[in-house]
Amino acid sequence: MSSVILSTAIRLLLPLLLLFSVFLLLRGHNEPGGGFVGGLVAAAAIALYALAEGAGAARRLLKLDPRSLIAFGLALALTSGMIPLLFGQPLLTGLWLPFPLPVLGHVGTPLLFDVGVYLLVAGMALLIVLSLMEE
Amino acid sequence: MESVFAVVVGVLYATGIYLMVRRSIVKTIFGLALLGNGANLLIFTVGRLTAGRPPYIPAGELAPLPPVADPLPQALILTAIVIGFGVQAFALVLIKRVYQTVGSDDVDKMTTTDTIADTGRTP
Amino acid sequence: MLLALVMSGFLAALAAPVLYHFVPGWAGRLCPLLPLALFACLLTVAGQVSAGTPLVFSLPWIPSLGVSFSLYLDGLGLLFALLVTGIGFLVFLYTPAYLDDDPRLGRLSAWLFAFMGAMLGTVMAGNLMTMFVFWELTGLCSYILIGFDHEQEESRRAALQALLVTGGGGLALLAGFILLGNIGGTMELAELLLRGDAVRAHPLYLPALLLVLAGAFTKSAQFPFHFWLPSAMAAPTPISAYLHSATMVKLGVFLLARLTPILGGSEAWLWQVSGVGAVTMLTGALLAVKEHDLKRILAWSTVSSLGSMILLLGIGTPGTVIAVMTFLLTHALYKSSLFLTVGAIDHVAGSRDIRQLGGLASGMPWLAVAGILGAFSMAGLPPLLGFISKEIVYSATLQSNMLPQILSGLFLAGNALMVTVAVMAGVGPFFGRKPDTPLHPHGLSPLLWLSPLIPALFGLLFGLFPGSATSFLIEPAVRAVSSPSVNVSLALWHGLNMELLLSIITLALGLGVVLFRRRLIALLPSSSDGFRYGPSGWYRLLLDGVPIVARLQTRFVQDGRLRHYLMISIGVAMGLMGLTFLQSGGLPGDLPFPTGYLHEWLTAGIIVAGAVTVTLTDSRLGAVAALGTVGYGVSLVYILYGAPDLAMTQFCIETLSIVLFVLVLYRLPLFTLLSTPAVRLRDAAMATAIGGLMMLLMLYVISQPLVPHVSEFFLANSLSLAHGRNVVNVILVDFRALDTLGEITVLAVAAVGVFGLLKYRSAGGNEP
Repeated sequence: MSSVILSTAIRLLLPLLLLFSVFLLLRGHNEPGGGFVGGLVAAAAIALYALAEGAGAARRLLKLDPRSLIAFGLALALTSGMIPLLFGQPLLTGLWLPFPLPVLGHVGTPLLFDVGVYLLVAGMALLIVLSLMEE
Repeated sequence: MESVFAVVVGVLYATGIYLMVRRSIVKTIFGLALLGNGANLLIFTVGRLTAGRPPYIPAGELAPLPPVADPLPQALILTAIVIGFGVQAFALVLIKRVYQTVGSDDVDKMTTTDTIADTGRTP
Repeated sequence: MLLALVMSGFLAALAAPVLYHFVPGWAGRLCPLLPLALFACLLTVAGQVSAGTPLVFSLPWIPSLGVSFSLYLDGLGLLFALLVTGIGFLVFLYTPAYLDDDPRLGRLSAWLFAFMGAMLGTVMAGNLMTMFVFWELTGLCSYILIGFDHEQEESRRAALQALLVTGGGGLALLAGFILLGNIGGTMELAELLLRGDAVRAHPLYLPALLLVLAGAFTKSAQFPFHFWLPSAMAAPTPISAYLHSATMVKLGVFLLARLTPILGGSEAWLWQVSGVGAVTMLTGALLAVKEHDLKRILAWSTVSSLGSMILLLGIGTPGTVIAVMTFLLTHALYKSSLFLTVGAIDHVAGSRDIRQLGGLASGMPWLAVAGILGAFSMAGLPPLLGFISKEIVYSATLQSNMLPQILSGLFLAGNALMVTVAVMAGVGPFFGRKPDTPLHPHGLSPLLWLSPLIPALFGLLFGLFPGSATSFLIEPAVRAVSSPSVNVSLALWHGLNMELLLSIITLALGLGVVLFRRRLIALLPSSSDGFRYGPSGWYRLLLDGVPIVARLQTRFVQDGRLRHYLMISIGVAMGLMGLTFLQSGGLPGDLPFPTGYLHEWLTAGIIVAGAVTVTLTDSRLGAVAALGTVGYGVSLVYILYGAPDLAMTQFCIETLSIVLFVLVLYRLPLFTLLSTPAVRLRDAAMATAIGGLMMLLMLYVISQPLVPHVSEFFLANSLSLAHGRNVVNVILVDFRALDTLGEITVLAVAAVGVFGLLKYRSAGGNEP
């Protein structure tokens, strides 16, 4: 399945969509967005690229195996939940840096958790789509 | 408007279940998808519909200004949507494999794993 | 102290196999020391307990349910505990000699120790639940010990039968205990004992009584559950002597005695308990006379004796309670002695058939003394304890205020048959003609005749000096059951009276039956009929019936058709919901007509149209498109009613779904019409009914006021506690992050599942 229009469009759109997905992830705590939506947008972008250029090209672009994304995302979410244990707090308690960082704003374990969700959701959707394409 | 969506949910449940009990196995996936949408909409509607007031806290406030939409059903549904996708993908691939293996899309022909042979011994 | 008494058995169970493994020569000599030590321990507290102050110990276990690990040692518990440890000592002494240093001795000792611990726990239990747990442990040990020769099918079957019968009774007992605890308001025995009147007046008294009786009757092999006990004789003889005559099967008697102050004395108790006891006494005695196998003869006579104890407990006057406790002690002494004698005969002569045994006394004089003393006690000859106990029983029945003549007659018949059994089992093998095919009695280890001799001599000792048994064994036990003011005095000579006359008649009758035994057997129905139609046949029918019912039921609900499973599960869930809905009164009458803008109505219409199209279309692509319409329509709803996060998510998911369908669709089968129109109509009716019900339920929920406590908390605390202004996302990643963690794990599993299904297509290699 190759279409010039889709192929051209996706090359322009892909960086934008990926950027948008990260934007959704980071602002999710205060505005519409979050890890789930962000991950899905990222996955949709790469899935479109795969439709246009083929699954192999998409994998080369991705560099990482989607399975690693899933594992890494789950590990990150779990780690962010364990960090409070080190400070004697219950599992998954939100801990925040006392001062806001530039660009990111308030940073804390919930953000880390959301990043984990983002990676996992993107990895899941990509694993399914890419495996099906390679059938 | 809630009562209208009650009717919509009823239709989604009815069509979803009707498709799920078809003998043609492909239709099961469509039934599953409709049922999933119906369930999400059910939770959403039961939490009451509040037009155009998302549960965000405006800058400078400590809590949202009422009336706002109920955030709890939304949080429940958000994950349910994504999980629904996972389940749908899994079902789709499973059915594809079943079709390849059995060579039929008739659910009634896929009974060998579950029936007891007439000798009375379990398979 | 009490805890140590109970737990030492279980600790020894762990230690015994180790001992037998490393010091096999010493283990057999060390093992009997524990029961002996426990016996001595119990004797040291006997004075205090006999004086009327029970020992108590309690640990909280499940305080919220009123369950505690309580131990309570009073006169009744003391009598049983002394029997358990005393006879346990003899059995441990006897077993290594009986089994000739069998390599399985370690295992056997372990289970015997565990059994002893469980028995002590049951008889000293101070809480109903504590008692139940130990009660079931004795049943479990009995199962394993009966099946000791697990390589023989007969042993396995007998073990399973005993487990099923007593285990089934145990379940009834548990239910009974729970009822009793609810009625009495406590599970503690010491408190329950004081609330007997309140319990008996309660409307649930009868069910509780029946359930408890089921537990007691199965354990003590009462009619119609009597059949498991003779089968249990598949166990090695020391086990039969210990579990299935002297201790465990007496637990039913123990339980009824224990609960007499709480449950006893009512009309229902009187008729059920004494009725079952009377039937069992006579059935067991008649069946015993018919047998040729020494162990089975003794087993049936045990059933009969247990029946007579139950009958006496049912009448429940102080006199009969004295008789029960005296007979209990007597029976334990003579029956263990007889069983151990039979084991020694079997060991030496290689047979247990009374038709092949005879004249053994010359070769084994001491064993003969033990056997004959036991048999005479069983027959009730003076000056043995058996004589006293028989006199006491007759005097109790003669003084009973209900039907003394009939009652005495029943006991006369039962006791006369016991005389016959005593002669058959304890005297016959030692005298008379030696069999034609000479059996060569090889060397008899002293332990094999010493162990049966000790209880037999105690029977003589207590017969000659009954005061010693009375003061610290029988009287405290009677007082615990009946009332603290009862005085017990036993004597060998009561003078020339009715009781003596009855004893003499009993003896004469019994000896008469010995002479005419063959004719009597001919009059009785043959045993094969009993096994076909009797309770044993019912048991077999039940055992065969369960798999048949299971198969039918499985075939009915699990026919392999996925859609039938779906219909059954959804239908049941919906049916229950609908029932609840109807019971709650249905819909309130006045639902306001919905007011909405045109675009809201249109959105709803789009979803409905999409769903109907998916159902009706016969094109796969059309269905995918319609499904997409439904999905986008739903996301439109989310936009309209303040849920942009949901809308975005749904939008992305719909897009990805379409990609997915496009990838797979053309490798999927076409839509085919497989069902007949009638089936389609049926399914459509069912689906419509379910959809309609869901709609009604929703309308009902909507008509009720919303109580948004949880949501209010989230809304109010999102910013202050979690530094987030998007409340939905805060719930997901902070307030309810554990749920999200679980959900993303599900996603990971689903993705890995898809991957596995696609990549490892023929790894299994067992596809059709």
